[in-house]
Amino acid sequence: MASIKLDNLGKIYPGGSRAVGGVKLDIADGEFIVLVGPSGCGKSTLLRMVAGLESITEGEVRIGDRVVNKVEPADRDIAMVFQNYALYPHMSVRQNLAYGLKNRRTPKAEITRRVDEAAAILQIGPFLDRKPRALSGGQRQRVAMGRAIVREPAAFLFDEPLSNLDAKLRVAMRLEIKDLQKRLRTTSIYVTHDQLEAMTLADRLVVLNAGQVEQIGTPLDVYRRPASTFVAGFIGSPAMNLIPARAVPHLPGSAHAAVIGIRPEDLVPDPDGPIEMQVGAIEELGAQRLVHGKVNGADVTIALPSHGELSDRLRLNAAPEALHRFDDKSGKRLD
Amino acid sequence: MIENRPGLNILAHLVLILGVVIVALPVWVAFVASTRSATDFMSGTVPMWPGPHLVENYARMLDSGVSTSGTPPVARMMFNSLVMALSIAIGKIAISILSAFAIVYFRFPLRGLAFWCIFVTLMLPVEVRIVPTFQVVAGLGLLNSYAGLSVPLIASATATFLFRQVFLTMPDELVEAARIDGAGPMKFFRDILLPLSRTNMAALFVILFIYGWNQYLWPLLITTDAQYYTIVAGIKRMADAVDGLPQWHLVMATAVLAMLPPVAVVIGMQKLFVKGLVETEK
Repeated sequence: MASIKLDNLGKIYPGGSRAVGGVKLDIADGEFIVLVGPSGCGKSTLLRMVAGLESITEGEVRIGDRVVNKVEPADRDIAMVFQNYALYPHMSVRQNLAYGLKNRRTPKAEITRRVDEAAAILQIGPFLDRKPRALSGGQRQRVAMGRAIVREPAAFLFDEPLSNLDAKLRVAMRLEIKDLQKRLRTTSIYVTHDQLEAMTLADRLVVLNAGQVEQIGTPLDVYRRPASTFVAGFIGSPAMNLIPARAVPHLPGSAHAAVIGIRPEDLVPDPDGPIEMQVGAIEELGAQRLVHGKVNGADVTIALPSHGELSDRLRLNAAPEALHRFDDKSGKRLD
Repeated sequence: MIENRPGLNILAHLVLILGVVIVALPVWVAFVASTRSATDFMSGTVPMWPGPHLVENYARMLDSGVSTSGTPPVARMMFNSLVMALSIAIGKIAISILSAFAIVYFRFPLRGLAFWCIFVTLMLPVEVRIVPTFQVVAGLGLLNSYAGLSVPLIASATATFLFRQVFLTMPDELVEAARIDGAGPMKFFRDILLPLSRTNMAALFVILFIYGWNQYLWPLLITTDAQYYTIVAGIKRMADAVDGLPQWHLVMATAVLAMLPPVAVVIGMQKLFVKGLVETEK
């Protein structure tokens, strides 16, 4: 186990295009960090630079107190779980788990002990002698995690490990990963584009956009005080409304800010409210309904309880502390 | 498209049966001829049913051959052919899998040039470069040797491309997982690539074994010592009877014997062969 330190880490591809730039991040021993962002934001590149699968063109990666920029992936003391599992198709589950240890000349008895231990933790004992193709997606995912666990590495790196699973299994595995990480206390970096996965798993979130870090913080910090319009729009579902201040001139603070952010659940019907919304499409979700509409020409979505009649026009209000104010040009938070 | 009309079924079977007959008839004639005596062909009619001389003809061919044609016993020629076919098949697979490995997984200087050099050899089969190749082989003193028979035929662009294609379908993550698991390039090749290309190797082996076994022009050219005659070239020499009629019953017995090893290889490796050509899931 070890801490990981990314110091001004950056990646410029040979063609000159920049994938990642100026990432500074201190990961404490045992911490669960989630890198989240839309596809193409550089989160996988960043993870692969930590893993050693992608060369580092700027800055430094330290694992423990060792700079590993030039160290081979196998010698970085990390284990990685891939999106498509990357199990060796011709080896049995047991051989898959043991392969990395065998290459490190771990004694046979030790390999058997660790494989059995990992199999017990992940409940894949009954499948140890099967080939990966005889396993379901969830079981393969477990084997892929088992391959990481047996190594007892300084850090786990997860590259969108759940995106190949169906929705139900994804939720179950998400909990298991969280649980497992709590138990093993292994430093982990987890890449995902799914903000819900990011929120539920992370000790700290790193929101990336176009290769730059937009915000680092605990999930609740990021949710409650998004540092920019990008984070505000990305974290939280349904996404936060970002309304031009001139469309809502009566809200407090709209004189100074260019963009006002309000979460859909923070906009509540109020006969005397300052905001008038023209109701458009309605999505019934069961527990709540999402109402899409326009406020002075700006698109707005609100979440309402799923009962009662709706008129064509709604008057809405929002508590002052539920408003997020952003600068127009930089998109940065103003307070 | 699944059609379920009995008329079509019958028609399809008729076409297939006709095809089988067209292919099988000459083989049958050869087999019948190999069981007859020399005089049975003088009458002018081709016999269609096996005669009584099967054991006699085959034993004679395997054991001593036709001394007048200058060919050694068939057993010797079959052994030569076997050595040649196996060397070519195994040599081609070994060389092309290694070169495909280099081309796909390594970034070395002049990699593009190397690739194109291999590609160009596609346009230069033995028949085209036969004179210079003969010159080189003769210069190296490889005439009348197993090395001379097989080495010039071993380089293979087709097999290299086949393996290249196989390797390109391997997911990148597999390579990366192996790297993280501490497998160096050669270990990755041995532990992961080789086992995963097993069926492709088998399919290629079948094709290349038959290619090597059926070589005619090259062995005819570079073997002057009867001890190194191969069977396919040998049949030709037997049929060229000087001052007399070709001994058709013996030539046919040789031909039938020459057909057996390729048939055995195809039947024995059928399952792997089909799997190697069809299987796509990695």
